[in-house]
Amino acid sequence: MSNPVKYPAPQGNPETKAFWDAATEGKLLIKRCNGCGEAHYFPRALCPFCFSDQTVWEESAGEGEIYSYSLMRKSATGPYAIGYVTLKEGPSVLTNFVDCDFSVLKIGQKVKVVFKPSDGGPPLPFFTPAA
Amino acid sequence: MTIRGKAYIAGIYEHPTRYAPDKSIAQLHAEVAKGALQDAGLTKDDVDGYFCAGDAPGGVMAMVDYLGLRVRHLDSTDTGGCSYLIHLGHAAEAIAAGRCSVALITLAGKPRTGALPPRPVGAEGDFELAYGATTHNVYGMCAMRHMHDYGTTSEQLAWIKVAASHHAQYNEHAMLRDVVTVDDVLNSPLISDPLHRMDCCVVTDGGGALIVTTEEIARSLKKPLVRMIGAGEAIKGPRGGHKLDLTYSAGVWSAPPAFEMAGVTPKDIKYASIYDSFTITVLMQLEDLGFCEKGQGGKFVADGNLISGVGKLPFNTDGGGLCSNHPVNRGGMTKLLEAVRQLRGEAHPKVQVPNCDLALAHGTGGLLGIRHAASTCILERV
Repeated sequence: MSNPVKYPAPQGNPETKAFWDAATEGKLLIKRCNGCGEAHYFPRALCPFCFSDQTVWEESAGEGEIYSYSLMRKSATGPYAIGYVTLKEGPSVLTNFVDCDFSVLKIGQKVKVVFKPSDGGPPLPFFTPAA
Repeated sequence: MTIRGKAYIAGIYEHPTRYAPDKSIAQLHAEVAKGALQDAGLTKDDVDGYFCAGDAPGGVMAMVDYLGLRVRHLDSTDTGGCSYLIHLGHAAEAIAAGRCSVALITLAGKPRTGALPPRPVGAEGDFELAYGATTHNVYGMCAMRHMHDYGTTSEQLAWIKVAASHHAQYNEHAMLRDVVTVDDVLNSPLISDPLHRMDCCVVTDGGGALIVTTEEIARSLKKPLVRMIGAGEAIKGPRGGHKLDLTYSAGVWSAPPAFEMAGVTPKDIKYASIYDSFTITVLMQLEDLGFCEKGQGGKFVADGNLISGVGKLPFNTDGGGLCSNHPVNRGGMTKLLEAVRQLRGEAHPKVQVPNCDLALAHGTGGLLGIRHAASTCILERV
C-alpha cells in the first residue's frame, strides 16, 4: 500500500512571493531579464546570466516538452515520474509528471502545466501530457 | 605558485567494515584517522591540518575537539561525494603555502545502521523539494537523455558493473563479491528508469582517511612515494534552466586544469578511479575526462574494456562503489585510496596494473542531474 502524496508547502520569501501568489491563481511565472533578455527559472532577483537587477515577472504559457524523465518504480507514496520540462519561453523546469499513464512519457512529449495543492501552502506546478 | 608535486599522500586507510551497528560515526572517523596515521608511520600529534565534509558530526570544530587535534589549518568544503578529492587539492595548496605540513582528511558514516546527514537546501528548495529528487531518479534522467542523444544502451551501462564485479571478487572486504554478467544486470529490477538495481552502488557503513604531507616528511617515512601532480574542481547546475544539457558533467571543467597542471593526457593514465555511484556516472565521467569522445562512452566501456588485465583502462580495481564500498553515499575517498594502492603496488595481485606510475582519481558529488561538483586528481609514483 502506498500513502497519499503530501507535497511539502513552499515556504516563500520576499524574492519569490509574486511567484506563489500567481500560483494560487493558477498562473506559472518565470523571470526575464531586461538587461540581457534571457528568461530563467527558478526566479531570482538578479539575473544569473548577466547579474542585472532589471529582472521582471512574465507569465509562462505553461507549455513545453519533456527534456528528460525517470520513473521511480517504488516509493512510500507509490511510483512517480520526475523530469525536466523545457518551456516554450526557454527555461527548463524540474517537475513531476501527473494525471497520466506513465507509459506515455517520452523525451520530446508535449506537456502543459497543472497545479496541485501543497500541504498547507500555495499550490505547486506539475506537468501532464498535452491533449 | 604551482601545487604540482607539492603534496605527497603518505598514509591511507579504508575501514574494513561495511556494517557498523555498534560504532558511532565520530568513532569511525577516529578509527580511520588512526589507521591512516599508522600506515604513514606518523602520530596524531604530527597532524597540523584537518579536512572534513558534511559527514563529520558537528562539523570541523566538533571533530577537531573530538579527535584531540591541535591544528593550524582547517577546511570543511562540502561537495558531497567528491569532497575528499577537493580536500586533497586544497591540502596541496595549504602545504605549498606552508600553512600545514601534515594534513588529515577523514570520511565516515553509517547509512546502513543510522541516518544520513541531511542534504543542504538552498534557494531552489521551494522549486524542487516537492518533486522527490533522489540519486536514483536524477541519475536516471541523465541516463535517459544520454541514451536519447547518443544511442547509449542498458547493455553498455551493464558492462561497467560487470567490470567492477570482476575486480570485487578479489577484495575480501567488498560487500558484493559475486562476478555478474550483462544479463544479470539487465534482469535485475528497474529502480528508476532506465537504471536497474545493479546499475546502482552499494550502501555501506564505513569510512576512510588520507594523510597528505610535504616531500621532506614523505621521504623520511617508509611508504612508496606517491604525490599529486594535477588537481581541478568545478560545479555545474541547471543555472536558471538555460540550455539544459544533462549529458555532460562538471568533469568537463575539472579535468582540463588537472591534466594541464600534470602535463599529461588521458592516454598516459595507467589506472583510473572513477566515481561509480551509478553506472551512468562512470560512463559520463569517462567522456568528460577525455578518455573517449562525448557520446562514445557506451562503446568505450563495452566488452570488458575497464577490466584490469583485459581492457585498455583498468578502473576501480577494489570493486568500487558498485560492489565494494560507498561509505555515507560518498565515494570520493575510496577512489583516492585505490589509486594510491595501485601506485604503491599494493592492489590485489590479480588486479594490480603492472608498473602503475600514473593514476587518475575523479569524482562527482551532489546530484548529477541537478547541481553537482566534480574534482579530478592526477597522482604519480615518484
